[in-house]
Amino acid sequence: MFRFILSKLLYLVPTFLGITIIAFSFPRLLAGDPVLLMAGERGVTPERHAQLTAQLGYDKNIVLQYFDFVGRLLHGDFGHSLVTKKPVLSEFLALFPATIELGLVAILLATLIGVPIGVLAAIKRGSWFDQISMTGALVGFSMPIFWWGLLLIIFFSGYLGWTPVSGRISLMYYFPNVTGFMLIDSLLSGQKGAFASALHYLILPSVVLATIPLAVIARQTRSAMLEVMGEDYVRTARAKGMPPRRVIAVHALRNAMIPVITTIGLQIGVLLAGAILTETIFSWPGIGKWMIDSISRRDYPAVQSGLLLIAGVVMVVNLLVDLTYGLINPRIRNK
Amino acid sequence: MKLLSRSLIAASALALYAAAPAMAKTFIYCSEASPEGFDPSPYTAGGTFDASAHPIYNRLTEFKKGTTEIEPGLAESWEVSEDGTEYTFRLRQGVKWHSNEKFTPTRDFNADDVVFSFERQANADHPWNQYIAGVTYEYFNSMDMPNLVKSVEKIDDYTVKITLTQSEAPFLANIAMPFASIISKEYADTLEAAGTKEDLNNLPIGTGPFRFVAYQKDAVIRYAKNADYWGPAPLIDDLVFAITPDAAVRLQKLKAGECHLMPYPAPADIEAIKADGNLKLDEQAGLNVGYLAYNTTVAPFDDVRVRKALNMAINKQAIVDAVFQGHAEPAKNPIPPTMWSYNDAIQDDPYDPEASKALLEEAGVSGLSMEIWAMPVQRPYMPNARRTAELMQEDLSKVGVKAEIVSYEWGEYLSKSMETGRKGAVILGWTGDNGDPDNFLSVLLSCASAVEGGANRAFWCNEEFSNLLQQAKTNPDPAERTRLYEEAQVLFKEQAPWFTIAHSTQYVPMRANVSGFVMSPLGDFTFETVDIAE
Repeated sequence: MFRFILSKLLYLVPTFLGITIIAFSFPRLLAGDPVLLMAGERGVTPERHAQLTAQLGYDKNIVLQYFDFVGRLLHGDFGHSLVTKKPVLSEFLALFPATIELGLVAILLATLIGVPIGVLAAIKRGSWFDQISMTGALVGFSMPIFWWGLLLIIFFSGYLGWTPVSGRISLMYYFPNVTGFMLIDSLLSGQKGAFASALHYLILPSVVLATIPLAVIARQTRSAMLEVMGEDYVRTARAKGMPPRRVIAVHALRNAMIPVITTIGLQIGVLLAGAILTETIFSWPGIGKWMIDSISRRDYPAVQSGLLLIAGVVMVVNLLVDLTYGLINPRIRNK
Repeated sequence: MKLLSRSLIAASALALYAAAPAMAKTFIYCSEASPEGFDPSPYTAGGTFDASAHPIYNRLTEFKKGTTEIEPGLAESWEVSEDGTEYTFRLRQGVKWHSNEKFTPTRDFNADDVVFSFERQANADHPWNQYIAGVTYEYFNSMDMPNLVKSVEKIDDYTVKITLTQSEAPFLANIAMPFASIISKEYADTLEAAGTKEDLNNLPIGTGPFRFVAYQKDAVIRYAKNADYWGPAPLIDDLVFAITPDAAVRLQKLKAGECHLMPYPAPADIEAIKADGNLKLDEQAGLNVGYLAYNTTVAPFDDVRVRKALNMAINKQAIVDAVFQGHAEPAKNPIPPTMWSYNDAIQDDPYDPEASKALLEEAGVSGLSMEIWAMPVQRPYMPNARRTAELMQEDLSKVGVKAEIVSYEWGEYLSKSMETGRKGAVILGWTGDNGDPDNFLSVLLSCASAVEGGANRAFWCNEEFSNLLQQAKTNPDPAERTRLYEEAQVLFKEQAPWFTIAHSTQYVPMRANVSGFVMSPLGDFTFETVDIAE
């Protein structure tokens, strides 16, 4: 197991280096110049432009700029945002808990609903339940998030008035940020009703964000289950008179879970992408919205370090998924 | 689904239960953008000023609410020397600074604060100039303050003399702008001693109607009423900005009662807002202009007849109806009708394709093909440049002019449109900074700005016009200035460097129980006069 973990960790080094190159080049490959965007319609004289560019360090050779970036990274310096002038790392850390909170609730929702649907659809293959849920999954998978989010807001918040339109907690609650996770902070605050309010505000955004992963997980679970149900050991288990419930739970589901866990792991990337739109619609103060703002302002330091930090998180999650395989399936770790 | 709706109801019930505790009068504003910081001087976005300069700070002079007129602010009165270069400001006494956990002021506002606030922006060696690495003072620079202000001196605790390098009439309007907000020197000293200079930008201390309480990045800003405010006390106790970037969501929040007032509704929603009995809508002509600028240095656009002919070929009203959905006024002058010195006597070029053809023929131009540049972004002065360009293209084809529509990424668009050899006519616009006509005419149409890095995208350099502007700028007499600007507008219309498109109307939707909100022609959102009926 130790060697397995070590080999996985070693893979991270070249991956991380590759990501620094991509994160560094991406904002610079986009057309547009941060100085011009700051100046807007008014324009900026060539002298002032040169002065500002030099002040930002963008007049230097691009390779030097890259090594400068990596050099600072090694010292833990992620740079300062051009727009807010604040350290990128502190901005990221201030916003990241909101994204994680939303993402975790969404993935939990997607898994808790998606896996049982997939299992049921596989067991009752061809039934009306199977047909309806799989059609629903296809629709969910193709749902344009922005439109879907707005539709839910208009129906549930506007028409029915059941859920709040946007935000993280009712504005009547005010307590200091401790962890950045609203569910935890609201409990810590000891204010009556705060936790319920935070939960209430989470419903719509997490349903919207969970939609695509839920569809994918349900479909993946169904096909994995179908495959496993045809295996010899399942037939054997049945033949020896094991109760069907036990056959499914112990023999089939456990083996079917391996591709499903992979899928759930891969959904982290999908979640982060979905978070960009979901956060914008629901005014959710997370990193998705922050990245979009930074890209449109060509805030190079925020974009490059932001991408790097997000990629780092995805890498760690993937690593954890790999390690989970090892736990579930001994054959993988011994290879 | 049944399960889901049941839990929805359960959660709603819980929240309703929790909604019992009553609060002091809290006004919630669904703002459109996160502030870049709380020090107004380094930034340029209107959304930043609404969150910093307007609630928290004051300036020596202020814009009178709802107008672009100047009134006393932290300066109670001022005298201007004969030659217009020396301004002596008498400062208001007894103005209290806010306090927070880290800072309790030991003295009132005085001349040291004024000198500090200007010096830190003007002097690159000032210890507070670079209190955040890489900070720049863009408005201070673009209003030409470094060349204009010779010195800022403290005469005594409540008198400050500002000396200019030349007479400049718009100066009093310049220093009413957010970048000239007055910062506490004592607070700066305290932060410097504590080694936390950047808190000037995070935990602002001002003299304004509201005191900063807390900011949760990209989500909520909280302010409390400044009980010691030197002006009329705010009518609400707490002010909250709920940051909501999407216009459709802002409207939903307003309808659901999650906020009291919102900026920038989508033009398509205006009718629905008017029809909603729970909401009301304030409207005002915007201090802006959208235009199409020809390159007057390139043939055949260097011929005024060609420019006039093209102006007559385009159906302006059709653009106002289709692109602005009627929420704009067709523009005939480069400055909007809400601005003083607007010359209403001017006749716009009529929409007349036949006359246009004849004039093109007279100029000896046939089979003309040109570019129309359509900007890639939406602005208050131009909701859809692409659609505008298409309408122009269609109209121009009727007089035998072939127009090709081009566009670039926004930053590139801004820079390429200032390249002197540019072929196309450019769609762009302007929103006023300080309500002075000079802020439109000099910035957009003077010879001085017809250079690379300027904003005169017609490259139109008419010496007579520029002379009129220069005279008006250095003349302190408002009546005389008005006359000079009116004359300049006549010249502009004769020479037609632009096709003036429209001045768009600005709308502010709010809950019906909100009173006392005053729309600002400058597009500011301020809340010291608002109240909520129970």
